[in-house]
Amino acid sequence: MKKFLSHALAASMVLAASSATIAQNFNDPEEYARQLEQLSMAPNGPEGKPWVQYLVDKMADTAKYAKEGPHTVCFSNAGVNNPWRVVGFTNMTQEVALHPEIGKFVHVDAEGSDDKQIADIADLLASGNCDILIVSPNTTAALTPAVEAACKKLPVIVFDRGVQTDCPVTFIHPVGGYGFGIQGAQFIADNVKPGANVLMLRILPGVDVLETRYSAGRRILDNAGLNIVGAEFTDGDNAKTKSIVEDYLQRGSIDAVWMDAGATAVAAVEAFEDGGHDIPVFVGEDQQDFLQKWRALDMKAIAPTYPTYQWRTPIIAAVRILKGEAVPGPEWVLPQPAITQETLDTYINDKMPPLHYAMCGCQDMPNYPVAWGGVK
Amino acid sequence: MSDQILSTTPKAAHTRRLPQVNPVYFILAALIVAIILNNPAFAEPAGYMNFLKRAAPLAILAAGQLYVIVSGGFDLSVGSLITLVVVGSSMLLNNDPNATWWVIPVMFGIGLAVGLINGLVVCYLKVPSLIATLGMMITLNGFAFMWSGGAPRGYLPDSFRYFGRVNIMDVPLIRMLPVALIVLITVGFVLNWLMHRTNLGRMIHAIGDNPRAAQLAGVPVNRVRIIAFVVSSLSAVVTGILLGGFAGVSTDVGTGYELQAITAAVLGGAQLLGGRGSVPAAIAGALTLTAIFTLLNFLSLPQPVRQVVQGLILIVAVALAMYRRKRTGQ
Repeated sequence: MKKFLSHALAASMVLAASSATIAQNFNDPEEYARQLEQLSMAPNGPEGKPWVQYLVDKMADTAKYAKEGPHTVCFSNAGVNNPWRVVGFTNMTQEVALHPEIGKFVHVDAEGSDDKQIADIADLLASGNCDILIVSPNTTAALTPAVEAACKKLPVIVFDRGVQTDCPVTFIHPVGGYGFGIQGAQFIADNVKPGANVLMLRILPGVDVLETRYSAGRRILDNAGLNIVGAEFTDGDNAKTKSIVEDYLQRGSIDAVWMDAGATAVAAVEAFEDGGHDIPVFVGEDQQDFLQKWRALDMKAIAPTYPTYQWRTPIIAAVRILKGEAVPGPEWVLPQPAITQETLDTYINDKMPPLHYAMCGCQDMPNYPVAWGGVK
Repeated sequence: MSDQILSTTPKAAHTRRLPQVNPVYFILAALIVAIILNNPAFAEPAGYMNFLKRAAPLAILAAGQLYVIVSGGFDLSVGSLITLVVVGSSMLLNNDPNATWWVIPVMFGIGLAVGLINGLVVCYLKVPSLIATLGMMITLNGFAFMWSGGAPRGYLPDSFRYFGRVNIMDVPLIRMLPVALIVLITVGFVLNWLMHRTNLGRMIHAIGDNPRAAQLAGVPVNRVRIIAFVVSSLSAVVTGILLGGFAGVSTDVGTGYELQAITAAVLGGAQLLGGRGSVPAAIAGALTLTAIFTLLNFLSLPQPVRQVVQGLILIVAVALAMYRRKRTGQ
């Protein structure tokens, strides 16, 4: 009910983009199988530093990009418009501070707009100051031509969401959406009886990284013979999430809750708490508030992650490329761990803000925790 | 006897009876019946009390918004004021439950200032309220963003969340009583009294109906208009405290609430551009909006269908409200 406007807008955007989305397949069995395999692969690279580890052992030769420093690293960012990106961007700026080779770091924020990001990239190229360009695309298809144009002028690194071209030196990303969906749903399937009632909570329809999480989760829950009582959209809104769960609880019992993102997980848990119900098996994410709730209520839960440490990797890759050192490419697939009961305590830090993403790989960085909004 | 009266003046009786009950109450009743048919558990205290608790923030906001609407304006700044209240409270409280007693007055202070500025800009700088409060909305969003850095920075302790979250249990007859409902009844009573039983209320109606005539009749137009904006802002502060209490901190908690509040007031028969409106009906309008949401939850329709149905119900409901106004000739 909240956000009539955004609903109307989303609906019209889905209609407008329907020609594009038909081409995209959010339930691709091959990609699903690949990500399922990658989840259990042993990573290459240094132990305990997942942001420089890689799952696919294929390197890109970068000798031709070697250059004298100090370097100017340019970054075209889709936006800093949600807490995940706030944490990620802090990781990135802190990583930049660790590299004296980087003379200047230029950041342009597209504020969630494809048009602005296309113009931003053109401006960065026209300035002629960039030695290397990092792009975190706002949407995949729209940014492809801009990235292709950039590839002709300088080395390009793409991360988070991809583009439909292999011209960048490397595309850095964790295992992916299917992997996220698999980890949560498999935990539910392993911890409830067959036929148990599962409520699926999603943020928005039509976003690729979220659709793949859902299709993978749904596949596993269906195959395990579980009863999916509903799949609801919450708009990422706490009040709406809590209301939806309350309404479902009035209609019957819920044995497990699967979520495609954890920002509203605590609101969902509170609906059980306030109604005097037992807390069911829960899938959240690595936000501090959820992890703390998990421990406080001694829940049976798992927190799949879309690690924010992937924001450190592009800076490390940029420095290596400009030295002419090989980097994993054309894809740099980072490990994507889930937080479990065994590892829970190592990720909890009650000095951090509620929506701090604990899988940030930032605990040992010099300005932790203050730069991430925490208190010493 | 009554048969005879009806048969002699059927038309007069019909037109005289229609305006007596606002159609929003019928719409609300129909929705509640539909919800109960779908889910009999709704008739239990846990069902309807949760519903009222959830509807309370919007109901209070709609009642406050009604003051500005009846005075002939809009207040678009309330949504971002809600966000500012929730984000600001979490920053000031800093996990300290003992700070609640002074943080809440500070929030009311902020609300008072926002309402005053809205009113002064509209009255003395002659900026149309739509633009003045739109500017305020953007400014307040900016403040909330600057304050928090784009992500929530703190929690709201239980002492603050008491108002929006806690149910008083073991109450005779109704078993549970949400604190939010007590707040709604109190605020609703006060706003209803102010609007429909005092001179202030009559003056708000007068300036919304015809500001020039009101001024000639001796109404202090500017002062009354500023008070209307202050009431709206203060109601947004109450809403923010309840919403933060209900569901915790998020940085976009108030998004869209300004339009919902206006919609609720219009559902209750309020006239955009002023001169007409009722506090109880605006509250019923808010309950109706919440009931639509709840009903669609229970029907478990797919999301796209749900949006279509939600939009259609809304248009039909407002059309009914307008039809009634035409019939009554007001």
